[in-house]
Amino acid sequence: MDFDALINGLDRHTLDGITRGSIYALVALGYTMVYGVMKLINFAHSEVFMVGTWATLGTYTLIGASSGMGVGMIIGATVLALLAAMLASAGTALAVERIAYRPLRKKGAPPLIFLITGIGCSMVLVETFGQVLKVFFGPPFGRVLVNVPAVLPTKVVFTIPGIDLAITNTRIIIIFGAIAMMVALDFFVNKSRLGRGVRAVAQDPDTASLMGVNQDRVIMLVFVLGGAMAGVAALLFTIQYDSTKFDIGFIIGVKAFTAAVLGGIGNLRGALIGGLVLGVVEVYASTVWDSSWADVTAFVVLVLVLMFRPTGLLGESLGKARA
Amino acid sequence: MSIITQYTNRLRDRLDVLPTWVRALGLLLVVALAFYLPYLNVLPFAYIRTDLSATGTDWASVLFLVVVYMIVAVGLNVVIGLAGLLDLGYVGFYALGAYSVALFGSTSSPVVEAIQNKFGLSEEWAVPFAICVPIAIAMALIAGVILGAPTLRLRGDYLAIVTMGFGEIIRICARNLDNVTNGAAGITNVPVPPGPEVDGRPFFNVSEPERWYWLALVVLIILIWMARRLEHSRVGRAWLAIREDEDAAAIMGVAAFKYKLWAFAIGASLGGMAGLLFGSKQQYVEPNGFMLNLSFLFVAMVVIGGSGNILGVLIGAFLLTYLPERFREFQEWRPFAFGVALVAVMILRPQGLVPSRRRAREFEDRKVEAEEAAADV
Repeated sequence: MDFDALINGLDRHTLDGITRGSIYALVALGYTMVYGVMKLINFAHSEVFMVGTWATLGTYTLIGASSGMGVGMIIGATVLALLAAMLASAGTALAVERIAYRPLRKKGAPPLIFLITGIGCSMVLVETFGQVLKVFFGPPFGRVLVNVPAVLPTKVVFTIPGIDLAITNTRIIIIFGAIAMMVALDFFVNKSRLGRGVRAVAQDPDTASLMGVNQDRVIMLVFVLGGAMAGVAALLFTIQYDSTKFDIGFIIGVKAFTAAVLGGIGNLRGALIGGLVLGVVEVYASTVWDSSWADVTAFVVLVLVLMFRPTGLLGESLGKARA
Repeated sequence: MSIITQYTNRLRDRLDVLPTWVRALGLLLVVALAFYLPYLNVLPFAYIRTDLSATGTDWASVLFLVVVYMIVAVGLNVVIGLAGLLDLGYVGFYALGAYSVALFGSTSSPVVEAIQNKFGLSEEWAVPFAICVPIAIAMALIAGVILGAPTLRLRGDYLAIVTMGFGEIIRICARNLDNVTNGAAGITNVPVPPGPEVDGRPFFNVSEPERWYWLALVVLIILIWMARRLEHSRVGRAWLAIREDEDAAAIMGVAAFKYKLWAFAIGASLGGMAGLLFGSKQQYVEPNGFMLNLSFLFVAMVVIGGSGNILGVLIGAFLLTYLPERFREFQEWRPFAFGVALVAVMILRPQGLVPSRRRAREFEDRKVEAEEAAADV
C-alpha cells in the first residue's frame, strides 16, 4: 500500500486514468449500443477493436509512414489510418452480425447461443491474425507483439502551471478525440432520423416494426456505428501504446464491457462515464498496490456499484429518456 | 423439425419402451466399456486413441481429462442448463477446488508451513487427503454462495460479467498472493488419494494414469446419478420454472432467489470437485492453468452438447476435450478450427447436439414464433 505515491502524483495519475478510460469508453460504446438494441453481449466486439489496430498498422506500412515525418505527412497518415481503422472495424462488426447473429435471430434462438457464436467469431478473428495470415504472409502476423510506428511524436504542448503537469499532444488527441466522437454519436442517436430508428427499436422492436422501422437495417447500423467507434479507439490505442498483438482485444474488451455495465448498459453517456471511472480507478489501484491488482480493483468496483445501483451509474436503456 | 431431431427422437422412443432389465444391461455395458477404454487396442476402434503417433498424448491421461471436464460440464449444466444462469467464471470454482487441496494438503504450501510452525508439527505433516476433499468442496461452495448472494438478484447479463470478473479475481489472487499461494511458481507436492502401495509406489501415481481415470469415472458416475435425482426433484422443477420465466415462477410461489442460489452453490461444489481431482492428478497447481478461456470452453461444452441434458453435456465435454487432443498434430490450427466449429454448430443446431426433449420442443416453438413475427411485418 503506497498512498503517498498516489497523493503526490494525483494529477498525473488522474490524467493517465482518463487517457486509458477514453479508449475503454469508445470501445464500450459498441457493447452498449448493440446491447441496447438487441439485448445481446457482442463478445466479438473486442476483436473488432483488434482488427482496427491492425488496419492502422497496415495503412502505415502501405504508405511507408514512420516516425519523424513532416507535419503534413503526419496528419495525412493519421487521417488515412483513422479512416482505414474505422472502415475495417465497421466491416468486421457487420460481417460478424451477418454470419454469426442474423441466422440465429431468424431462428429465435435464446441469448446464450448468441454468446457462444460471439465467442466463436472472436476466436476465429484472433486466430486469423495469429495463425492464418501468418501462414500466408508471414510476419508481422503471428503470436508476437508487433510495433506500430510512432507516426505522431509525443511532445509536451504546455504545462499546467502550479501543479507542473505536462500535457502532451497525444494525450490531447486521445482524450478530445474520444470525447468528440462520443458527442457526435450521442447527437446522431438523439437528433437524426436514423438515430430515432435506433431508439425506437431499442424501446420496443415490435412496435418499431409496425411503425415502418426496418429492424434489420437498424441492427446493421448499430453494428457499423459501434465498429467505427472501436476503429477510432484502435487508432488512439496505437498512438498511445505504439504496438498491437493478435490477442490484444481480449483484455480491452473485458474492460470496455465492464465500463459499459458500470455506466449502465445501453446508455451512451453511461459508457463515457463508466469508461473514465474505470480507467481512473485502475490507474489509482495500480499506484496504490501494484499493476497486477488493477484488474481485481476494477471488478470489485463493478460489483460494489451493481450492488447499490443494479442498473449502473446512469441507469440503462438506449431508448428511454436518458439517451 | 429437422431430420436428425426426428431420427434421434424416434430412437429415444424405441429405447424408452424397452424392458427395464434390457436398459439396465445396456447401461452396464456402456459403463463397462468406459472402464475398459484405456486398454482399447483392437483395430479399427484403436484409432480413437490419442497416442498412436510419437507426438501423441498419453491416452489414459486424455481420458482422465475428459472425465474431469465431464464433471465440470455436469456441474455447469446445473447452473446454465437447469437454472438458466449464465456463469462465465466457472473456472474460478475449478481453481478453488484445485488450490484448496494444494494449499492444505501439500507439504510445500505456505499455509501448511504456517500451521506446522504454529503448532510445532513435523515438516512431514499436512492435512490428510480425506479431509482436503470436504475442505475443497466447502471452499467452492462457500465461494459460490458469497458470489451468488449479492449478484443473483441482478439480471442475467450482469451476472455474466460479474462471474467473469470473479473467475479472473481468483486467478489473479492465486498469482499475486505470494505468501499464501506461492504466486506464479505454483504449489508442488499436491497430495494424492490414499491407497495401498504397489511395487513400492503409492497406488495413485503419475505413471499410471488409468487408475486416475477410473477414480474420476467412479466420481463422475456418482455425480451424474445425484444430478439426475436433483433434476427430477422439487428443486429441479423449480429451476426449470425459473429458467423458463422467472416472474411467472415467482408468482406461482417458487422462491426464485433461494433456488438460484442453490443452483449456484451446487454447481460451484461440483466445479470444486473436478478441480480437486485435476490438481491431485497433476500434483502441481499454478495460476496459469486457470485462464478465463477455460471458462468459455466450459460454457461451450454445455451449450454445444445441449444444455439441460446430461447426456448432451457429456458428449459436448467429450468432443471439446478429446478432439483437440486427438488432432494434436494440427496444434497451431486448433483454436481456429474450434472457433469455426462453435459458430457452425450453433447456427446449424442452436439447441445443441443432443438437447433434452423439453428443450428441443421449446426451440421449435421459438422458431415458429420468430417466423410468424417475421411474416407479420
